[in-house]
Amino acid sequence: MQFIPNIIFAILLGVGVYFFANNVKKLIRNIKLGKDVDRSDQKSERWANMIRIALGQSKMVKRPVSGFFHIVVYVGFIIINIEVLEIVLDGLLGTHRLFLPILGEGFYGFLIGTFEILAILVFISVTVFWLRRNVIKIKRFWNKEMTAWPKNDGNYILYFEMVLMTLFLVMNATDVHLQQSGTGNVISQFIVPLFHNVSFEGLHLIERIAWWLHICGILVFLNYLYYSKHLHILLAFPNTFYANLKPKGQFPNNKNVTKEVQLMMDPNADPYAAPAEDAGEPEKFGASDVTDLNWVQLMNAYTCTECGRCTSVCPANLTGKELSPRAIMMKTRDRLEEVGRNIDANKGTFQDDGKQLLGDDYIKQEEIWACTSCNACVEECPVNIDPLSIIMDMRQYLVMEQSAAPQELNAMMQNVENNGAPWQYSQMDRLNWVNEE
Amino acid sequence: MITVPVMADLFAEGKEPDILFWVGSAGSFDDRAKKITRAFVKLLNKANVNFAVLGTEESSSGDAAKRAGNEFLFQMQAMTNIEVMNMYNVKKIVTACPHSFNTLKNEYPDLGGKYEVFHHTQFIEQLVNEGKLDFSNANLDINNITYHDPCYLGRANDEYDAPRSLIKAIGGVNLVEMKRSRNNSLCCGAGGSQMFKEPEKGERDINDLRTEDALETKPDVIATGCPFCNTMMTDGVKHHKKEAEIQVKDIAELLAESLGL
Ligand code: SF4
Ligand code: SF4
Repeated sequence: MQFIPNIIFAILLGVGVYFFANNVKKLIRNIKLGKDVDRSDQKSERWANMIRIALGQSKMVKRPVSGFFHIVVYVGFIIINIEVLEIVLDGLLGTHRLFLPILGEGFYGFLIGTFEILAILVFISVTVFWLRRNVIKIKRFWNKEMTAWPKNDGNYILYFEMVLMTLFLVMNATDVHLQQSGTGNVISQFIVPLFHNVSFEGLHLIERIAWWLHICGILVFLNYLYYSKHLHILLAFPNTFYANLKPKGQFPNNKNVTKEVQLMMDPNADPYAAPAEDAGEPEKFGASDVTDLNWVQLMNAYTCTECGRCTSVCPANLTGKELSPRAIMMKTRDRLEEVGRNIDANKGTFQDDGKQLLGDDYIKQEEIWACTSCNACVEECPVNIDPLSIIMDMRQYLVMEQSAAPQELNAMMQNVENNGAPWQYSQMDRLNWVNEE
Repeated sequence: MITVPVMADLFAEGKEPDILFWVGSAGSFDDRAKKITRAFVKLLNKANVNFAVLGTEESSSGDAAKRAGNEFLFQMQAMTNIEVMNMYNVKKIVTACPHSFNTLKNEYPDLGGKYEVFHHTQFIEQLVNEGKLDFSNANLDINNITYHDPCYLGRANDEYDAPRSLIKAIGGVNLVEMKRSRNNSLCCGAGGSQMFKEPEKGERDINDLRTEDALETKPDVIATGCPFCNTMMTDGVKHHKKEAEIQVKDIAELLAESLGL
């Protein structure tokens, strides 16, 4: 009988980890639906970026208030997880505070004390975040893409953290032995008076309940990640590692186009030659759906924290245009999820559902054409997401596959083609400025 | 009088210039931008730089086509230009247009055009460092200058200092930064081919917002390093009805004026 809690615990843990592993598998499968792009060069620079930006949060502190509190939550989250290790082992082995005898009362108390301080700091920070979102109503949390799930998701996670931190402190406060030993209970000692009427058995019961809820909460959190913007706590690392290292103004040259243009310009090429036998289906130019994007762009979509820093500096968005770089990322993720579900429902192959990422269901042409390619969003993103690259791939699709550019741009391109300038001037007049003083 | 050697002429005489001045379509055809082009040439002449332009052999860099999504047209333009430049054995290029600068520097190499490319502010700064231009006695009757970072020079290529150091080199002027500057700068609204189309529907125009940033610094002059930013900011100043008090100038123009050129 006395092993029943251990067995229940092992089962819960197993189920939690199993579902999490499944989600990770699905995540990787979906990201791999993207096209290949080589980001295997400059390894040391990539590691440095990851350490600086993901681990060191260097871009977060560009906005000092949210940056500071975010670091508190982040450090708290990581360090308190050491305690979770003890909880898991206790649960499996049926021990209580397994590390206490191993580490000795002094050091153990020091650790628990640190966790308690972090827990209260995390609690405070999360409260600040909640106030910023819901009371101060900072603008970027209230853009029009921040309704329904994205809005609730942002709050749920804050409640979650509040509850987890409270459970952790209550668990310590009701642990009679810990309180009596008087080390490590730096914060929880102040909660103890709340329970002064409770009997010894009662305290033990509360302690057990807090313990179980805490660990169950963590398992639920683990499985909530996949559906939440909080996937960034995992993906920020690969995302910063594989981010673009070239100058931001350098847009990649489409290799297939290069081949065709070279052929066209080669005076020795036979214009009437039949296309090579193995030419197969002609390559689609640009992107109209998630599978036309590359895997880094798809990983970007899953990494997006929906913080809206990009949108808050986007000149198009600031002047009331339909474009929001955050929405570009969110729609890409939503569509990718939809495609993934479609594949799951159809035994591993995608069945055409008549929808595309670019179209009425997701990203509209109006958004794509409002971008000035200014790179402000790319510069601002704390996890190095590149919304601009998706916008540019969609422009390529609209122009090269659909001939659907705005009229004035068609005129501009015609001028470039006919007279080598975006305006209707003759190339022969290119030097007129010399004599025009 | 300005002296503008043309590549084909030099070639016929068996000569090669040290550097090609890429004028760009705006610099060649836009009335406002042509003044910038001439101001820059005055500085080149003053420093006795051995340069040349392509003249009628220059064609659109393809930047506008590429940002509009027309990769075909871009690559056609790029390869045509590369063919011409490689024929003349071009090694170094300077341009007063950040869009040409960006595309020539970053997007031409993998199509066969490998050059050392400078924005005109970088090149002038180099001339100053080599002692070929001297602004220590230069003076302008201006108090406050604010500088607008062009996206394709700043964020796109991380050049924030060269233009600023040149402004500071002119005696008597005071450089005042806007609240959004350097890598936090706000676009003027022209990039990504927006220059050639009406904006999408919205509450206001981007250049109007950006000009507001500039006006907050109470400038006498708004300096830029890009012909498109120049147009946008000039329109913005007119929109705010400040054209009588505030001028929009390229850094090359300010420098040429400060030397009385
Ligand atoms: S690059 Fe485009 S989407 Fe990004 S901030 Fe600039 S205008 Fe907005
Ligand atoms: S793309 Fe980056 S800056 Fe924009 S909302 Fe997502 S995480 Fe934030």
